[in-house]
Amino acid sequence: MGRPGASYDRIGGVQRGYGGPGPRAGAFRTRPRSLLTRVTSRDSFLRHLDWALIAAVLALSILGVLLVWSATEPSLAASGASTRTYLDKQAIYVVFGLVLMIGVSLVDYRQLRVYAPVIYGLAVVGLLVVLTPLGSSVNGAKGWIDLPAGFQIEPSEYAKIAIILMTAMLFSELREGASGPDAERRGPRLRDVGIVIACGLPLVALVIIEPALGISMVLAVELAGLILLSGIRLRWVISLAVAAAAAVTAVLSLHLLKGYQLTRLTSFLHPSSNAAGAGYNEIQAKIAIGSGGMFGEGLFHGQSVSGSYVPAQSTDFIFTVAGQELGFVGAVVIVALLGVVVVRALRIATRADDQFGMLVAAGIAIWFLFQSFVNIGMTVGIMPITGLPLPFISYGGSAIFADMIAIGILLSVHRKHPVFE
Amino acid sequence: MISASRRRMVVLYVVMASLLITLGGRLWYIQVMNGASYVKLASANQTRNIVVPAVRGQILDDVGQAMVTNRTALVVSVDMMTLSQRPDGGVSVLRRLASLLDTPYPLLQKKVRLCSPTVTQPCWAGSPYQPIPVDQSVSAQVALQIMEEQSQFPGVTAQTQGVVDYPSPGGADPAQVLGYLQPATTQELKADHLPSAVGYSTADLVGQSGLEEQYNTALTGKTGTNTVSVNAAGDVTGTVGGTPAQSGDDLVTSINSTIQADAQQALTTAISKARASGNDANQGAAVVMTTTGRVVAMASYPDYDPSVWTNGISQSQFNALFGAQDGAPAINYATQGQYAPGSTWKVTSTAAAVADGYPLDGSYDCPASVNIGGHNYINDGEPNLGAMSFSEALIQSCDTVYYNLGYEMWQRDNPGANVVTSPKAPVQKMQQMALHWGFGQPTGVDLPDESTGTVPTREWLYYYWKDNAYTGQDWCKYGKADGSYVQQIEYQDCQDGNVWEPGQAAIAAIGQGYDLVTPLQLTNAYVALADGGTLYQPRIGEALVSPTGKQVQQINPPVAGHLPVSPNTLAYIRNALAGVVTQGTAAGAFSGFPLNQVCVAGKTGTAEVMGKVATSVFASFAPCGNPQYVVVVMIPDSGYGADASAPAVRQIWDGIYGLEGHKAAVPGGRVPASLPQIASTGQITAPKGYSG
Repeated sequence: MGRPGASYDRIGGVQRGYGGPGPRAGAFRTRPRSLLTRVTSRDSFLRHLDWALIAAVLALSILGVLLVWSATEPSLAASGASTRTYLDKQAIYVVFGLVLMIGVSLVDYRQLRVYAPVIYGLAVVGLLVVLTPLGSSVNGAKGWIDLPAGFQIEPSEYAKIAIILMTAMLFSELREGASGPDAERRGPRLRDVGIVIACGLPLVALVIIEPALGISMVLAVELAGLILLSGIRLRWVISLAVAAAAAVTAVLSLHLLKGYQLTRLTSFLHPSSNAAGAGYNEIQAKIAIGSGGMFGEGLFHGQSVSGSYVPAQSTDFIFTVAGQELGFVGAVVIVALLGVVVVRALRIATRADDQFGMLVAAGIAIWFLFQSFVNIGMTVGIMPITGLPLPFISYGGSAIFADMIAIGILLSVHRKHPVFE
Repeated sequence: MISASRRRMVVLYVVMASLLITLGGRLWYIQVMNGASYVKLASANQTRNIVVPAVRGQILDDVGQAMVTNRTALVVSVDMMTLSQRPDGGVSVLRRLASLLDTPYPLLQKKVRLCSPTVTQPCWAGSPYQPIPVDQSVSAQVALQIMEEQSQFPGVTAQTQGVVDYPSPGGADPAQVLGYLQPATTQELKADHLPSAVGYSTADLVGQSGLEEQYNTALTGKTGTNTVSVNAAGDVTGTVGGTPAQSGDDLVTSINSTIQADAQQALTTAISKARASGNDANQGAAVVMTTTGRVVAMASYPDYDPSVWTNGISQSQFNALFGAQDGAPAINYATQGQYAPGSTWKVTSTAAAVADGYPLDGSYDCPASVNIGGHNYINDGEPNLGAMSFSEALIQSCDTVYYNLGYEMWQRDNPGANVVTSPKAPVQKMQQMALHWGFGQPTGVDLPDESTGTVPTREWLYYYWKDNAYTGQDWCKYGKADGSYVQQIEYQDCQDGNVWEPGQAAIAAIGQGYDLVTPLQLTNAYVALADGGTLYQPRIGEALVSPTGKQVQQINPPVAGHLPVSPNTLAYIRNALAGVVTQGTAAGAFSGFPLNQVCVAGKTGTAEVMGKVATSVFASFAPCGNPQYVVVVMIPDSGYGADASAPAVRQIWDGIYGLEGHKAAVPGGRVPASLPQIASTGQITAPKGYSG
């Protein structure tokens, strides 16, 4: 950065000064700071925001609102309802989500470390409540709590945040409590990892019970990613991987997965063998995306959309609308914007000034990366079909709110980054 | 930061980059490299081709009144064989179907049960193996829903089917002439199978007999397709394109409904009378033709209501149509019945004798009996009537005159070939003449499955013996020299069935023995006699007219040949036949008939059939001097020609010309010379001077 005086000159402007050849050397004038100067000053809140991240999130949210509108317009028109019903709701979710994002970003993320056990506790309670008669099901998954005035809350979405905060908190607390030579530079001990897993597994298990297979996979991947990033020794990593593989084998061989879950998980390997059943979604999704070509059929002009060939097209399969109506160009733009979000999150993690901030930001990066890859991957036939929304784009209040809160946490971690490093 | 964490952070960047590149690459592969094929899949996904059946053409009478009309409707059928195999016996499927069709479930349930003596309508009278139609006209939407959601509606089909109506103008019901429609057989379907289409299948109706079969191609028209866009649920969201169906052409026939109804009535009355007097008469035919080769009426007894064919025919109905105990009403006895012509045959025998050199104005003995080949042949119990002319022989129908002619010609006609050992043996002169008159071969009328009749040429005899001596009827096995009458004949036939014997030659000259004709053949031969010698291929169809009123094809009776008989001889014979009605064998039957208004000529025939009452035949034409029509009635098992058939013929003449209290069927006794006009709107106008 240049001298402070130079910046005053640039901002104040020479023409507004004395008309002379410029301030003399050593001259020092105080001027009342305008709002503009204040918000752009070095210590301003706004200057500590990650604007690239915010721009990517805003672009994704606006695309999401448009795609939700396009996806729901034909069926709403056919049923005679207002074609703007879902457009309006999604726009409200996004606006409310942005408010949440700003609110969370203003909180010192170290406060979150203190409240992590509370947030974790709330998530556990929420996930338990959905299993009681208070919970309501959508598409076979009992994952929602009905609130007054027709609102619903989906605790599993918030569990994605809770597991990150809890895990990051545990790793940093346990490490600070560690003693001995070089304790700061060593990774966590195996006992620490055991505690982390013991705290994380209940959340995963409760989501599996719902059953929301996709979200439980997100939680498990977040947990595993954070364990890896915690600095755990490589040989333990390998041991854990073997244990995980054994667990998966056990799940399969002991038939712990419901039949529909196994069918959905494997049908992507051979979709045409069951075109009318489990393979149907995937074939129709691929047809919709493939027929978009390079530039797409145009927003609101997708054939598969108007024929409602792809199920859940405003939620889990919204990427098919993008693929068909916006083509390869639009689809790649969405992938790139999601990439920007993940890159910025990883950058924030790298530059975080403590272990907790790093793990939280990295956990969020893993979450968005994994969820985006699985969601888009299932629409193009390279991942099994699981019920996961596309971050910032799929229709749904809880998902948008959780996404936005995560961005707020990222911004908070970013803000606390030391200016001079 | 822990160094391990830092390193693994780098790994995370790499993982992220590889995942995003994977997505981008996959999108490039699907959208850009294979986009075109997915576009094709998408449009196949989203459109359905529906076969638009062409409306079948109508069959009209000579003034344009419809005898058969057609429309198509989407019919929903339930295959109970499929439903009964479901765990709940198909109850859930039927309940869903009931709500879709907006029918109360109990009613639907009743419609699909099988009729029995204790179960009455609504119920299904047809075969349990056939799909049961439960709704005769559903919307295209409902039909598509059923076809698209086969998992919801197993065993239920919705298909376009022709719905046929028979208005029966003036009471005319030429059921056997019109024929019937039945679902296409699998083989017929293969010819123009449309695999991807909804609603095209074995339910499509094809003409299976009569005019419907003969003119099936023209009547069917061309099916079209309708390409509609559908959504994932199979609901139609719009029409994309397609080709319109072309309706079939209308067939205008020369059948006059009034004369047809008269002929049916006269035939029925005659058979009822014959049965009332104790005879077994249970079939017969009446044919009316113009002397230009057109069929004006063709009645076959027993008749039936052709609407029995629509919506599936039950086994008992099918048995009734084809079973012998009900007289097999599905058979057109006018073209498929084969009867001995009796003395109506003597016109050809006269012509053959004259052609063989017997003087037309000669004198021929008519004894009470003649002895030929050791057998005595009598003249129907008449005393010796002395010498007479051919004219007298025809008027009195003297059999012994013709026995002698047949025997004498037999003696001179290639006697060395009479033991027939080769199909190439020369044809006898007497039989050659019959062939020239159109007997022994199909007339070529525009109806399918016509019988040939029999003229016992040496070639025919060769094959008859060859086919039955040791195979077929197997005379040599069943025949007994001392058995029953039939067994004795079989024994004899086994010995010498290939020998053209003098006795056969004698009785063949009076239209008995091996001689067999169809009523239409006899009518057509008398047309040739009446019109001065031109033999036609009879035609029922007059024209094919497109739905827009354009005449597609004019149908004229082709000339099949000319009788090798001089006009003088034909005129002589016609003159003699006029005498039959005034003073001969039919004088009684026509007593009181206003011959001064319309001069009718004709010939009776009484063909004795072994073990049965004689076949009654009357063949006639009118007016005598300038014949316009030929009317023939043949009724087996009913007695003398003058008793059963002649009165029926008289009744038909009454109808045509409006005599004896009847209303004239056609003004001035003339059938329309021009065709009814069909406007592009489908409006049909009768020819001028006629009412439709």
